Amino acid sequence: MAKVKESPWLLHYDGSSCNGCDIEVLACLTPVYDAERFGIVNTGDPLQADILLITGGINTQNKPVVEQLYAQMPRPKVVVAVGTCACTGGIFKECYNILGGADTTIPVDIYVPGCAARPQSIIDGIIKAVDLFQKRSDEHDALMDKQKRKEG
Amino acid sequence: MAKKRSVIPFGPQHPVLPEPIHLDLMVEDEKVIKAIPSIGFIHRGLESLVRKKDYNEMVYVAERTCGICSFMHGMGYCESVEHIMGVEVPVRARYLRTVWCEMSRIHSHLLWLGLLADGFGFESLFYQCWRIRERILDMVELTTGGRLISSVNKVGGVIRDIEPDMQTAILHAVKEIEKELRVVQKTFMNDYSVESRLKGVGVLTKKEVLELGCTGPFARASGANFDMRVRGYGAYADLDFDPIISPVGDSYARCDVRIQEIFQSIDLIRQALGQLPDGDLSVPVKGNPDGEYFMRVEQPRGEAVYYVRASGKKNLDRLRIRTPTFANLPGLCKTLEGADYADIPLLILTIDPCISCTER
Amino acid sequence: MGRVVCPENILEEIPADILLRKVIEKKKDGQRLVQICASYVGGKYELSYSFSKDSTYQLTTLRIVIDPETEVPSITEIIPHAFFHENEMKELFGVKVIGINVDYKDKLYRIKEETPFIPKEKEGE
Repeated sequence: MAKVKESPWLLHYDGSSCNGCDIEVLACLTPVYDAERFGIVNTGDPLQADILLITGGINTQNKPVVEQLYAQMPRPKVVVAVGTCACTGGIFKECYNILGGADTTIPVDIYVPGCAARPQSIIDGIIKAVDLFQKRSDEHDALMDKQKRKEG
Repeated sequence: MAKKRSVIPFGPQHPVLPEPIHLDLMVEDEKVIKAIPSIGFIHRGLESLVRKKDYNEMVYVAERTCGICSFMHGMGYCESVEHIMGVEVPVRARYLRTVWCEMSRIHSHLLWLGLLADGFGFESLFYQCWRIRERILDMVELTTGGRLISSVNKVGGVIRDIEPDMQTAILHAVKEIEKELRVVQKTFMNDYSVESRLKGVGVLTKKEVLELGCTGPFARASGANFDMRVRGYGAYADLDFDPIISPVGDSYARCDVRIQEIFQSIDLIRQALGQLPDGDLSVPVKGNPDGEYFMRVEQPRGEAVYYVRASGKKNLDRLRIRTPTFANLPGLCKTLEGADYADIPLLILTIDPCISCTER
Repeated sequence: MGRVVCPENILEEIPADILLRKVIEKKKDGQRLVQICASYVGGKYELSYSFSKDSTYQLTTLRIVIDPETEVPSITEIIPHAFFHENEMKELFGVKVIGINVDYKDKLYRIKEETPFIPKEKEGE
């Protein structure tokens, strides 16, 4: 998978976000900001997704959903936490139903701060995620090659 | 062959909606006979934060109830606290709030139009709506500094001013939006493929709407004649407008009402900026609120109720936000009954659901 | 401009046992249930049932004040769409509402904490 970074697939899940970041994530994919020019496709299917964008904090009810989505994504995968709530829990950190940021549940690679995160910074985060994704798939390929040689 | 009944779960993560909502749909062959919503995926419990934050800090929490109608949440909360404390907000601040309100209504309705177009598979129309929407967001950014969450409200007035050059920019932007929206309106209202997906789908009568307690454009599209802006909060008492209603009650009428409301908002912005009075932006507020008040404001999705109860302390006793989608959900369940399974995503979109408002 | 109507809100405090009768009256008058809200003030529940008359924009609130142990009849028999509000106050405040049509059995929001809106230090009293 030499050039996998040219077409990563994106999965967006709204944790307990206030909608602000969700709308900005969507705005990123529309003509003015157009993250699709980096070859990104927004998919609704976790089984085909490479990059998971999480907006909003984690609460008791969506915790298993996020865990399941993360488990369903094929390896290698990259997780981006978009917005202050997904990074730390933000203004809702003290609420009784909020466990904290996305990293309380799944490993997060890239944090995009902001309330609401601006499209520019979301795109920046996505590009960082794409590079990391390329690196990880190269490592993954090298590992598979090594295993194959060992077997063969 | 006997009809087969089954229960199909819908959501929480669904490609049509960016937000999680879960519905248990009881279907008989392809027809839905009952829909039971279950919510709570975004429940944060922000109303309980009143115990930890004082009434001035709560403005920022109230604004983050929902990122789309963020400004109006802040305004509704501020107006109810101001009413309890007997604060007379400067007239200029009331006008500025009205301008920002209408700007967020335009962006919310354009957002909804785009999502609806995406819902029936008209992707280029979706992109057109969102492209127009960016113009108004640029204006929100120019005047407040934030694109969605503006945080310009405070108890006693507003923080920022709309200066003369900004006013010119806004007037120019709404002119462009009006022009571009006319083109989009033609597509929505004259295209046979749009018509075939929306006409006659999900009909609610006026009686049903009133019985189910629906609000906002969803209720007005069925002929219910109420719009909280007529109550005259903000500067609406000085502006000239009539609620837009349609007697039809199907998805097509809901689309029509919302498009016309965008034009109405453009008109209201022009009126408000045209007679914008000079004066202070805010008045100093001293002391703590003591009392209670129900404030009702008209949000893009309908009527929102803010109940504030205070007893002379820094922290409020209770803040209750009854959001429009919370009132519209029973209406949604009613429209889903008898609908085709394929229309479900579209029907959910027609109430303009805002789940993070609903669950708070 | 003369058409602006903004009547002051009315607050009616009523005893809990005539609640259903009052609600029927409101419904017969063509008023729309706007919201039901519970608050916990000084060890008692305050339940507010707000109705709006949409022709005049008049908001009337029926208020009942009850002890935490008192049971409240559900109004879903009269106004079916009240079930969301009633389930909410049952789950978040622990108000004993009986006979809700479509009772979520404290599973509306599915939160872990029980009755989070009741301050913890007062629970032991």
